[in-house]
Amino acid sequence: MRLYAVVAAGGFRRYATYRTATLAGVFTNTVFGFIVAYTYLALWDERPRLGGYDQSEALTYVWLGQALLMTCAMMGAGFESELTERIRTGDIAVDLYRPADLQLWWLAGDLGRAAFHLLGRGVAPMVLGALAFDLALPDSPWMWPAFLVSVLLGVVVSFALRFLVALSAFWLMDGAGALQMAMLAGLFFSGMLLPLTLFPGVLGEVARALPWSSLLQVPADVFLGRYTGWGLLRAYAFQAGWAVALLLAGRLLQTVATRRVVVQGG
Amino acid sequence: MEAAAGPRPGTAEVAFADRSRLVEGVRAYGLIVAMWLRSTLAYRASFVMTTVGNFLMTGFDFVTIMLMFSHVDALGGYTLPEIALLYGVSASAFGLCDLLLGSVGRLGQRVRDGTLDTLLVRPVPVLAQVAADQFALRRLGRISQALLVLGYALVTLDIAWTPLKVALLPVMVLSGAAIFGAVFVAGAAFQFYAQDASEVQNAFTYGGTTLLQYPPSVFARDLVRGVTFIVPLAFVSWLPALYVLGRDYPLDLPRWVAFLPPLVAGGCWVLAGLVWRVGLRSYRSTGS
Repeated sequence: MRLYAVVAAGGFRRYATYRTATLAGVFTNTVFGFIVAYTYLALWDERPRLGGYDQSEALTYVWLGQALLMTCAMMGAGFESELTERIRTGDIAVDLYRPADLQLWWLAGDLGRAAFHLLGRGVAPMVLGALAFDLALPDSPWMWPAFLVSVLLGVVVSFALRFLVALSAFWLMDGAGALQMAMLAGLFFSGMLLPLTLFPGVLGEVARALPWSSLLQVPADVFLGRYTGWGLLRAYAFQAGWAVALLLAGRLLQTVATRRVVVQGG
Repeated sequence: MEAAAGPRPGTAEVAFADRSRLVEGVRAYGLIVAMWLRSTLAYRASFVMTTVGNFLMTGFDFVTIMLMFSHVDALGGYTLPEIALLYGVSASAFGLCDLLLGSVGRLGQRVRDGTLDTLLVRPVPVLAQVAADQFALRRLGRISQALLVLGYALVTLDIAWTPLKVALLPVMVLSGAAIFGAVFVAGAAFQFYAQDASEVQNAFTYGGTTLLQYPPSVFARDLVRGVTFIVPLAFVSWLPALYVLGRDYPLDLPRWVAFLPPLVAGGCWVLAGLVWRVGLRSYRSTGS
């Protein structure tokens, strides 16, 4: 357990090193936040209460999206390209000999990364957004920890998905294509482009049931006070269910994959 | 009498030095691009997959707009075909620029890992080398997606076409690409100082094209002012495209500004060239 805490702290520190990059990222998130916020304003001007959100809730959704983009790695950005690279080059063999579990090791590192991105690239755009627009911030102080739990579950689901995709490199050798597809799915089905409640008909139902909705749609709805009491527990159960299922799938794939590892020479 | 053997070092040669350097740069750019094309096409399947991915990736921008229009008939007073025209022009211009120059965004990484030094000692303009570096043909995915949307706009829009409007279309795309290109180069020059701040450049380039995909009526006046007078992105699509659509310009600008894009593009390149020179001169290797 202590080992994984150290790995997580390492993940945090690693990203904390890039200070200019973090500042630049905050700038970009803020610029995009403004652009998207104005388009949402135009949309909600035409149709107030679209998708069950009023205007300030819709704006809050925009800024939550910018704040969580890196935290929940909706477009990727994290360990996955590193892991596929290690699989491609064969360095993965070294990892497998370490007295640590492969999946837990990468999960710990990714949690550290997510924690840094939440603080480094999440807080500042959210504050700037709140200064420029009338956002619907939680009334009850309890909503903040409730939101953080949902974000944590979202990060685990995101990790589990990216771990699965990265392991596909054992079979595909070049993981670039699979990673790109995963990024597309993450962007579209997380609700980053538009809240999933605005997706029409069956597409909307499917999108809300898929694991990616745990990355933004569910945490945002928790933040906006959509879920209280049992509803909140159900939202958590939805996220945790996907997290467990995907982590188990990753574990299974890892076992199958490691049987395939052939270490050349030495 | 002695016959002149070869060109004499003289005033004429000095006067043409700048031009020959430009020709040399373009030639080098072509050679490096050709090399990357050969290497890209060596892995056909990978190329097809990444191009399709590129197509889908940028296509999502328009899918978002279509999803919005499944709930409304107009956004900021503009219909879907009208927005498709704004989108098509801006995205084609950006796609063209991204294909030709997109790699300059990687400059910061080269500064960080020290590989920029290799480019400096070669007898070829650095900008040409950086621009052609890892030339990514998959970016054709973005351009084809943009041209499809532009085609959709031109088919569905009911425009009273005049020869002037027809001529303005290719001018918009080409000058727009040039304006975006100048922003790319200026942003890259900024990375000589701020080595890992490539995201600032993304805010102006990717952010800029996203902004231009929506009508100016959607945004606050100050934002529109900013992209008209400070970073003149409004000349990529808004001002000329609104002339084609016969709609009012933002900020009560006169009608002739629709024909300024080539001039604005030229001005941007002069500035970008200056910024690039200053940046390159001030470059200190990481030395590691």
